[in-house]
Amino acid sequence: MSDRTTGSDDDRAADRPTDRAADRPTDRAADRPTDGAAGPTRVLPRRRPRPRAHRVPVTLLLPALLGLAFLILPLVGLLIRAPWSGLSEQLTSTAVWDALRLSLISATAATAVSLVLGVPLAWLLARTELPGRRVIRALVTLPLVLPPVVGGVALLLVLGRRGIVGSWLDSAFGITLPFTTTGVVIAETFVAMPFLVISVEGALRAADPRFEEAAATLGASRLTAFRRVTLPMIAPGIAAGAVLAWARALGEFGATITFAGNFPGRTQTMPLAVYLAMESDPQAAIALSLVLLVVSVAMLVGLRDRWLSTP
Amino acid sequence: MSTENTTGQALDARLRVDRPAFTLDLALTAAPGEVVALLGPNGAGKSTALRALAGLLPLTGGHLRLDGRLLEAPEQRVHTPAEERPVGVVFQDYLLFPHLSALDNVAFGPRCQGHPKRAARAEAATWLERMGLADHAAVRPGRLSGGQAQRVALARALAVRPRLLLLDEPLAALDARTRLDVRAQLRRHLAEFEAVAVLVTHDPLDAMVLADRLVVIEHGIEVQSGSPAEVARRPRTDYIARLVGLNLYQGRAEGTQVTLPDGTVLATTEELDGPAFVAFPPSAVTLYRERPQSSARNLWKAEVTGLDLHGDRVRADLSGDLPMAVDLTPAAVAELELAPGVAVWASVKATQTHAYPA
Repeated sequence: MSDRTTGSDDDRAADRPTDRAADRPTDRAADRPTDGAAGPTRVLPRRRPRPRAHRVPVTLLLPALLGLAFLILPLVGLLIRAPWSGLSEQLTSTAVWDALRLSLISATAATAVSLVLGVPLAWLLARTELPGRRVIRALVTLPLVLPPVVGGVALLLVLGRRGIVGSWLDSAFGITLPFTTTGVVIAETFVAMPFLVISVEGALRAADPRFEEAAATLGASRLTAFRRVTLPMIAPGIAAGAVLAWARALGEFGATITFAGNFPGRTQTMPLAVYLAMESDPQAAIALSLVLLVVSVAMLVGLRDRWLSTP
Repeated sequence: MSTENTTGQALDARLRVDRPAFTLDLALTAAPGEVVALLGPNGAGKSTALRALAGLLPLTGGHLRLDGRLLEAPEQRVHTPAEERPVGVVFQDYLLFPHLSALDNVAFGPRCQGHPKRAARAEAATWLERMGLADHAAVRPGRLSGGQAQRVALARALAVRPRLLLLDEPLAALDARTRLDVRAQLRRHLAEFEAVAVLVTHDPLDAMVLADRLVVIEHGIEVQSGSPAEVARRPRTDYIARLVGLNLYQGRAEGTQVTLPDGTVLATTEELDGPAFVAFPPSAVTLYRERPQSSARNLWKAEVTGLDLHGDRVRADLSGDLPMAVDLTPAAVAELELAPGVAVWASVKATQTHAYPA
């Protein structure tokens, strides 16, 4: 810079035309790393130098293998003891299909409700200066750690026919929630939504809020900025949260049986059917469990890119 | 609340932003078509000023009027949110939406202004063509080069037809070679732009090439403003003097003599009285190992504290009665056997100095 005033910038200026010709900006597109949003190109993590073999201490190896066996063996047992010969018979019974259909429908509905309510809630937590935000976040995550049965009891106290809100719903609109399919969806949503909120909030925090500012300077209202900029950018986080919530809803037992009961075809979801069958017909319980296992594995395979690849 | 234009300026602002450890208080005016550069060191408040102009940061005092319309005045409880201001912003790292093509990035603004999708995209295509990017309309930002991304960002900001264009370090994210190209293009586009442009930079060369007027900010306040030539010739703070490569001293002038606070006297050729600055370029200094047998009045004993190679010249830093920077050829450094710690005599001809009132 000093050149300007010290009057000796002629030498530098002489270099410029060659500089300019050497590298047109268009040539550089190829060697720019594409970031995640740009395309499916994924940079493979460079392989770390392998830790020296035969040096794994036994005190770590033994519990590790034991843990692994503990996680795998029950599933193996399920496969071994499955009544393979009578399986087709077991699975064609209408009771099984009713339960499976109810499970899939209610888990999907619970996920949909979680999305509609949870994404805005996550946005509120991540993007606004809400007073008492920390407390609110703690309350949102409470169902994560709360025993589901307690959640069911609590739902019953509020939404039950004699509950705080439920009695009013009953008298004003004639709406009864407990022991209905809607009740199943409510119980599952209560348990599953926190997974979605946490996941989406994390995605929102990782997304640069300045993109929303850029949208604002282009004339976008906050809602438009959220819809057209933020939402597409956090879509992977939302998808991950939705899957987590769906899986949690699919496996929900405690809150469902407490709040919605166990009526076949209406509120009896797969986990409930499995539990009930264990008492009367263990073979059927195993068959039902296999179905849930298949659904779970299918989901895991669908998500392998996300969770099975090491970071 | 008055919406009348009281100053005859397109942009008339007094930006006051109070932060716990920082206060910005800056008066800023500009005529239509004028390009104003806010120049200052990091943390001077340049970006704060820009965010306040854009409406991304509320003012705590002052006012902002654009084309006679009052956009913000905290005392009158007037605040126009960012999305309702006729302001376009080119962000430092562009902030192009990664999930949208270059075309849809540029069309975003017109769409938000209520244009139908087809019309917005047609307009965006025109802007991209004007920027020489017609071939890249379908490309996602991640696949654009730095220079291309900069032009898409400029097109996106101009596509909302702003009455105030803000550019935050528009060239900082580019490598040295692309920079020359993009700077020239940006200069052309800014020259065509008929409304006010305010650009923030810490690079004096960008500021001087692109702007009609510089406003130098330090610690949240204006320390100097004027045309680039004026600021370069008559720096008023050490920061600007360093930027434009001058040795700068402040003292009291009496005739053609300026006495510095510590008693050192500098001889100049300009008649002045009262507080004054004296500036001279590092290349105007001559060094000697022995006291020269000359009648030069500006002769001081000094010690070399550092030597640095800048291009094909060596910048020597001297301490002594008059600390200064000196530019020498490598040959001269060798001949004088200069090294840190060496004692030298430094002289400057009075005709090479420039004195002006403080």
